Amino acid sequence: MRIVSQILLLGLLLGSPVAAQAEPLDFTEKLDIGISTDEISITSDFRGADLTIFGAIDGFDAKVLAQARYNIVVALEGPKENTTVRKKERVFGIWINTNSMTFEMVPESYSLSSTRDIDSIAPPSDMNNMGIGVNHMPLTPIGFIGDGSNLTEFRDAFRRLKETTGVYERDPGGVQFISSSLFKASVRLPADVPNGVHIVRAYLFRDGVFVAAKALPLRVVKTGLEQAITRAAHESPLFYGLTAVLLAVITGWLASIVFRRD
Amino acid sequence: MTVYLPIAELSVNILIILGMGAAVGFLSGMFGVGGGFLITPLLIFYNIPPVVAVATGANQVVASSISGAITHFRRGTIDIKLGTVLLCGGLAGATLGIWLFALLRRIGQLDLVISLAYVLLLGTVGTLMLWESIIALRRASKNETVTLRRPGQHNWIHGLPLKMRFKKSKIYLSVIPVATLGFAIGILTSVMGVGGGFIMVPAMIYLLRIPTNVVVGTSLFQIVFVSAYTVIIQATANYTVDIVLAFVLMIAGVIGAQYGVRVGQRLRGEQLRALLALLVLAVGIRLAIELIIPPKEVYSVVSAGLGF
Repeated sequence: MRIVSQILLLGLLLGSPVAAQAEPLDFTEKLDIGISTDEISITSDFRGADLTIFGAIDGFDAKVLAQARYNIVVALEGPKENTTVRKKERVFGIWINTNSMTFEMVPESYSLSSTRDIDSIAPPSDMNNMGIGVNHMPLTPIGFIGDGSNLTEFRDAFRRLKETTGVYERDPGGVQFISSSLFKASVRLPADVPNGVHIVRAYLFRDGVFVAAKALPLRVVKTGLEQAITRAAHESPLFYGLTAVLLAVITGWLASIVFRRD
Repeated sequence: MTVYLPIAELSVNILIILGMGAAVGFLSGMFGVGGGFLITPLLIFYNIPPVVAVATGANQVVASSISGAITHFRRGTIDIKLGTVLLCGGLAGATLGIWLFALLRRIGQLDLVISLAYVLLLGTVGTLMLWESIIALRRASKNETVTLRRPGQHNWIHGLPLKMRFKKSKIYLSVIPVATLGFAIGILTSVMGVGGGFIMVPAMIYLLRIPTNVVVGTSLFQIVFVSAYTVIIQATANYTVDIVLAFVLMIAGVIGAQYGVRVGQRLRGEQLRALLALLVLAVGIRLAIELIIPPKEVYSVVSAGLGF
C-alpha cells in the first residue's frame, strides 16, 4: 500500500508542469526545499494554520542575489478533483441552476506565496505555461461547452468563489530571504483543508526567467471523532446507516420508557 | 458552543440545533405529527445543505415515530396486515425516490426540487387545514354540533379489484390504493425527509375510509420502517446522513415532544389545527420567498469528490 502510494506520488511529481518544461539554457542554480514533516495530522477543531517551508538556492550567482534579481514562488496544491461550476438564472420567476461547466482535475485548495506579486516576476504567458498562480492554473472544461463563449465567465466565477471562500489564497511577500541564499515561505492551510496528498512546489526565477523547481509531497490526514465518522460514512456506509437507525430506535424507545405514563 | 458536523462539513452552534430539535419536538408532541416536514426546512434555513437535511430529517423521523408506534403496538391499535401492504408500496416508493434524489443531485437540480416540493406540499396542506379549521372554529363559536362526515359511504376506490380482508380494520379493500398511497409517501420520505403522516392519516380516513382508531398506529408503523429504510439507503447511496446532527436533533426532539403533548392536551382540537395550519403555511411561504428573491451569488462550485 505504502509502496503503491509512493509510486503514485512519484508519478505525480514527474507529471508536474515543471518537469514537462524543457530545461532552459545552462543555469547552475538548484533549488532545495524542506518541510519539518511529510504528514500533517489535523484535529477536528482545526481553524487553519500557516505552514513554513525552508529552502536554499544552491550554486547561486552572488551578484544576482545581491541585486535581488532572484525571485521565488512557493505553492501548496491540494488534491485534484473534477469540479463543476453552476449558474443560477431566473426562469418563470424562480431561480434555477441553468448552466454548468466542469473543469478537469483542479486542486481543491491552493495557497501561493512569493517574493513579490507573481505577475511582476515573469511574463503571464510563462506563468500560464507552468500553471503557477490562481489566474494561470489550467482550467480545462470537460464535455460539451457549446461555442465556448461563456468559458471566461465560468473560469472567473470559479476563481472568485475559491478565493472568497479562502481555499485559494495568495500572499505576494510570503517568501522572505533569511540569509543570503536561505529563504522561508509561509503558505496557508485553510480551515477546511482537504484530506489527501498535497504538493509543495517551489519555483526559482532569475531575471524573470524560470530556472529551477522542486516539489515535495505533504500528506494531510484529518484525525478525531468527526473524521472517524466521515470515514465510517464513506468506507462502511451500510454499517453507518444501520448505526444511525439503531441510534434513532434506541433514543425513541428510551424516551417512551422514561416518559411513560400509562 | 460549536460542533462540527462531519457530513454536512460545517460548524454549527449546538444550542441552535438543540433549540430547533426541542421546538420541533414540542410542536410534534402538541400536534401529534412526526415533525419531519418542519425539521428539514428549518435545517435548510440554517444553511445545512438540503441533501444532508433531507437524509438526516428521515433519521430524526425514525426516533420521533418509534415511541408512538410502540405505544400503539402495545394497545393493539396497529393493523399489521394493512400496514404491511402500505409498507410494500412505501419501500418501492422510497427506492424510486432515492434514485430520483441521486439523479437530481447529479444534474444539479436537487435543491430546487426539494424547495419546490416543500412549497407545493406545505402550501396545499396548510391552506386546506386552515380552511377546515376556520369552518370548525366558526361552528364552535355558534355552538353548533360538529357533524363529522360519516366514513362508510363507498367511493370509486372501493370498486377496484385485488380486494383483501383486513380483519383488524374490519374493512374489505383493494390493495391497489393502499400500496399506491404507501408508494407516494415513500417517495416523499426519501426526497423530502418527511414521515408523511400529515398526508397519510387524512388520506386513510377520507379516501380509504379506514376506521380512525387504527389509522394513526398503522401509519406510524409504515413511517418507522420506510424512514429507517430511507436512512440506510441514503447512507449507502449518497453518504448524506449526518449522524451527529441527527443525534442532537433527536435527543432534543424526544424531550421537547413530552412537553408538547401536555400543552396539546389543554388546547381544543380545532384551535390546534388552525395553529398547525398557520405554522405549515409560514414555513412554506418562507421557502417560496427564498426561491423568488435574487440570490447573493448566482454561481456555485461543487467538487466531485464529496470531500474524499
